[in-house]
Parts: sequence; structure tokens; C-alpha cells
Amino acid sequence: MARITLDHLAHSYKSDPQGPQDYALKEIDHVWDQGGAYALLGPSGCGKTTLLNIISGLVRPTRGRILFDDRDVTDLPTEARNIAQVFQFPVVYDTMTVRENLAFPLKNRRAPRERVAARVEEIAGLLDLTRVLDRKASNLTADLKQKISLGRGLVRPDVAAILFDEPLTVIDPHLKWQLRSTLKELHRNLDITMIYVTHDQTEALTFADKVVVMHDGAVVQTGTPDELFARPAHTFVGHFIGSPGMNVMPCRVEGATAFVDEQAIALDRSYRTTGSGQRIELGIRPEFVQLQPAGAGLPVSVRRIDDLGRARIARVEMAGRMLSASVPEAVSIDGDRAALVFDPRHIHIYADGHLVTGEPHSSGSAAVAASTGGRPS
Amino acid sequence: MTKTLNNKAWFLVLPVFAIVAFSAVLPLLTVVNYSVQDTFGNNQFFWNGVAWFQELLDPSKELGGRFFEALWRNLLFSAIILMIQVPLGIAVALAMPREGWTVALCLVLMALPLLIPWNVVGTIWQVFARGDIGLLGWAVNSLGIDYNYTGHSLDAWITIVVMDVWHWTSLVALLCYAGLKSIPDAYYQAARIDGASRWAVFRTIQLPKMRRVLLIAVLLRFMDSFMIYTEPFVLTGGGPGNATTFLSIDLVKLALGQFDLGKAAAMSLVYNLIILSVCWVFYTIMNNVDAERARVEA
Repeated sequence: MARITLDHLAHSYKSDPQGPQDYALKEIDHVWDQGGAYALLGPSGCGKTTLLNIISGLVRPTRGRILFDDRDVTDLPTEARNIAQVFQFPVVYDTMTVRENLAFPLKNRRAPRERVAARVEEIAGLLDLTRVLDRKASNLTADLKQKISLGRGLVRPDVAAILFDEPLTVIDPHLKWQLRSTLKELHRNLDITMIYVTHDQTEALTFADKVVVMHDGAVVQTGTPDELFARPAHTFVGHFIGSPGMNVMPCRVEGATAFVDEQAIALDRSYRTTGSGQRIELGIRPEFVQLQPAGAGLPVSVRRIDDLGRARIARVEMAGRMLSASVPEAVSIDGDRAALVFDPRHIHIYADGHLVTGEPHSSGSAAVAASTGGRPS
Repeated sequence: MTKTLNNKAWFLVLPVFAIVAFSAVLPLLTVVNYSVQDTFGNNQFFWNGVAWFQELLDPSKELGGRFFEALWRNLLFSAIILMIQVPLGIAVALAMPREGWTVALCLVLMALPLLIPWNVVGTIWQVFARGDIGLLGWAVNSLGIDYNYTGHSLDAWITIVVMDVWHWTSLVALLCYAGLKSIPDAYYQAARIDGASRWAVFRTIQLPKMRRVLLIAVLLRFMDSFMIYTEPFVLTGGGPGNATTFLSIDLVKLALGQFDLGKAAAMSLVYNLIILSVCWVFYTIMNNVDAERARVEA
């Protein structure tokens, strides 16, 4: 059982890294609390697997330290850490039965035979593998094999954390959901830290209590699924999470008013923008943009309306830019001319991709807003 | 609707039939023809029934005794080189680098012995092992060991076995290396996490994944060593005495040395049958392995 601390961790696959562009993993400071269910979410090639392999000890970081509780394990080999890992492609030992597979990690650590047998039975029960215990592991389906690799991790009583590297990639869709709920249930019953790497936002958001979003070798936001949805710290998070993703448009901000293509949009916070040259953008999720009949707000032309079942989403064009908006039940649009109404409480302002926190109106302080021209995208 | 049958297409395979007939079927039939006849020269043949085969398969007869001696000698040779080359090949494959420029270097070096013509291999070792001018023979003799492959049977055997190991272990190693390369990294990583020892990794991951290529390696090495001719012929000529007279050497002596065409034909047919049956056994085993794999992946 351990709290895992990443202390100024960075990794480069080059032997002589020069600048930040040489780092597969840029400097990261993070604490994984004991017993948490984490997801590490990001597109392929963003450094998630590198980070995972550093935690499990398969890769030694170029810089920084890893602490399990207060013990520095940076130089400890994998087998000396209390970590289990489940890989993208199920790894089972072909020549062994399921029982022997599950017993393998304990046998290697020279545990007494009766203890091994009892523990294997227990874990097999947890994972619903009891009925296949005496079958050859090589003859089983991918989801059972993946359960076996998970079981080989769980079987070790000292395991502090289990790392999952896109474990559902090769699982049939209808079994994915089942296996994910098995994982969730296991996490509730056992006090084990789980770190789940995926590029699938649904998997991440349904599995994890806390999601760590990575982009281009760096962590861009850590938060609960709700936080990621409500306050994306980076435009990337806005795009990546949510379906459809957040609308992002270049703008100019003056105090509590944003100008998109010279259309004023009221904000409920005021911003002081530091210096020019930054890329200022306005982000708002489609859920908080309402399509209304023409004249009620920003003029747009409607390209398409998709009925997603639970909601209707309109694809609209505003000055050459495609945006998504939700269509309220009562509204019906004639022709392609319509208007957008933004909910000011859910408008976020980004400078160079990063969220800028404004000051509430009520503070009354006159915001000195340097006018910055939005760079056209 | 009735289907029109057109048998003209058979003419298209006629050339193949003709080539196979001339290159394989007719010569084989000639051999069969010889094996049931006797001759006293002048191209006069007499019907002899299965007498040659009876003589060949009866160890108490001169022909049978000679045949079984050569057969056991050959089987012993195959067994010895398999027992050396397979473990050695696996060991070499395991020791080979996995990445970097050394991989290419190793592969080229390993492939070199395989590229040398067989009679050249025989000649190289014939000279190399000579006591007077050969580096190996001279070195061993100057260590005080009485080594002479033309005089002592054991020395001749050792020389031939070492020569074959030198010539062919690379093949086993290259096949095993290919098998090893196909194992995904995740297996090794999982094994490390499971705390497996080096030996356990070999037993539980590497060996099972190499099973198929190993079968092929064993088949190829068995066949080649069972039919070995050129290298021992050049090196020892079957001697000293008959110590290294393997089946193929004996067959050539019988057919081209003594011109006992009938006996030689009978012997070559039996020899051929043995090889075919061993091939069939391997083929069946490999098919079973494949079938099992297909069942696993289904």
C-alpha cells in the first residue's frame, strides 16, 4: 500500500536531450493517493505509456524521482516494486494452466505452497475464473486472458498499485463494458491504487475518480470528470473531452466583454490581459450554447442538425468557423439563419491555450484590459 | 442448367507431368527395375524377385550387415549432432543482440558457414585438421594429444561432428533467433513484474514460443545429417576402415564402386522409404501444432 509521488520527473529516449522537444515526457510533479482510481488520458504518443513504464520500473527516468510513500524507488528494478501491470495485449504463459498462471508470481517469490493455493482460489473467485482454473491459459478468449494477467497482479498480497496500459484494446465491445465494471468493483472492494491508461474518454471518465489528461508529453489537467467537463484548464482538454468537443474561437477581451469577429459577448468575469502577442481564445461547450431563432443573439447559419437521442446538436457556421450548439426542445428553426446565445457562466477565456481566471464582476475593481487582437486561426 | 464439362484444361498440366516424369518418376522406376534384377555386365539382366531386399534386411547376410552398420552409424551421427546443435543453436540465439548495428554483423557472420559449398567445407577441415600442416591438428598434437583423424576412428568421428557443428549450428541459431524476435516485449515485461528468474523466462516464454521453429530446425538438421555425403567423403572418404561410412557413402560405394546395381537399387529404395517416413512423422507433428494454434486463436 503506498502513495506514489512523482517528483520533477522527466524522460527522454535520447541519450543527450537538448531542449524540451527531445523529451517524451516533460517535467511532471504528481501524487497518486493510496487507493485512488486514476485514469491517464491522452492521444497516442502523448507519453502516457512512458509514464506508466517509469512507475512500474520498466523504464528509468532521465530526471527526477519516484517515491512510494517516502521510499525512493527510482533505482529499484520492477520486481522489487510492489507494482503490477496489465498490458494492451493479454500476456499469459501459454504452457501453463490458469491456476499455474495465477500462482506464478507467488511461486517466483517462494511463497509457501498452501498459501499460494489459497490465494489463487481467492483471486480466481474475485475474478470469476474458478470454472476455468484447470484449463490451459492459451485456449481462452482475450477477455479471460486479460483477467488472468490482472489476476497475476492481484494475487500478490503486497501489491500497492495496478497499472493498466489500454487493457481493453483487444476485447470485444460487448465484453469491454463488463470487464470495466469488474475493474470498478475490484477497486471498491480492494484498497489498491489503480492507474488506467487510455485514449478513450468514455473509458477514462467511467473508470476513474480522477483523470489526468496528458498532451504532448505534459500533464495539462488533473481533476474529476466533472471538473474536466466544467472547467477545462487547457483548450486541448476542452477538445478532447466531451462529444462534441468544446467550441474554441479566437477573440479579443476587454474587461468583461469578449469580441468574436467584432460581435460583443458578455462575460460574467472581467479579465486583464497581460501584454499582447498571446493567443486569446474563447471556449464554451456546445451544451451551454443555445441555438435560437435569428435575431436573438450572434447571427449564424445552420449547416446541419444531428439528433443524438438525448439531445439535438446543431453544426453552425459563424464567419467561416464551424461551431456546435445545442438545440432546445421548443426551438424550431426556419431556413438556415439562426442565432447563438452563450451562457456567460460557462464561457472560459484561454491565453495560449491555458485557462485564464478572471475576476468576478462584483469585486468592482476596474479591470485594465490591454486589448489584444485575436490571431485568426 | 447443365454444367458443361471441358476436359481440355488437362492439356495445360501436361508439360508439368512430362517434366516430373522425366526428372523423377522415370529414374525412380529405373531404380525399382534394377532392384528386382541381377546383372553380370554386358547389359544383360536376370529377374531376381525380392532377393536383394531379403538380403538387405537380413543382418546376418553380408549386404544386410553392412547396411545396418551404416544405418546405425548414421542414426548415431544424426543423434549426436542434434544433441549438440539444437541446444547450442538456442544458446547462440539467446546470446545474440536484439538491436543496434551488431545485429546485422552477427547475422552476416552466422550466415557465412551456410554459404560455403559443402565440398569446400570438407576440404577446409581436411587441411585444418591435418597433423603436419593443419592449424588445428598441429595445435592439438603439440599439446601432447595423439590426434590423427585418418588413423583413429574416434578422431575421425570427432572431426566430422565438429565440422558439422561448425557448418550447420548457424541454421538452428538463425531459426531460433527469428522465433525469439517474434515475442512481444510485453511478455518480458510481464515476466519481470511477476518476478520470474532468467530460467523461468526461458522455460515459460521463450521455449514455448520457439517450439515451431525448433521443430523445423530439428527436421532440417535430421534430414541433412541423415543424407550427409560430401563433407565426410572429402574429409575421410568413409574411413578409417568403415568408421565414417554413412548410408549415402556406402550406397555410392556399392553402386559406383562395385557396380552392384541390384543391391544398390534395393538399398536406395529402403533409404528413401526411411526418409519419407521420418518426413511424414514430422509433417504430422507440425500439422498438429498448427491445428492447436488455430484452435487457440479461434
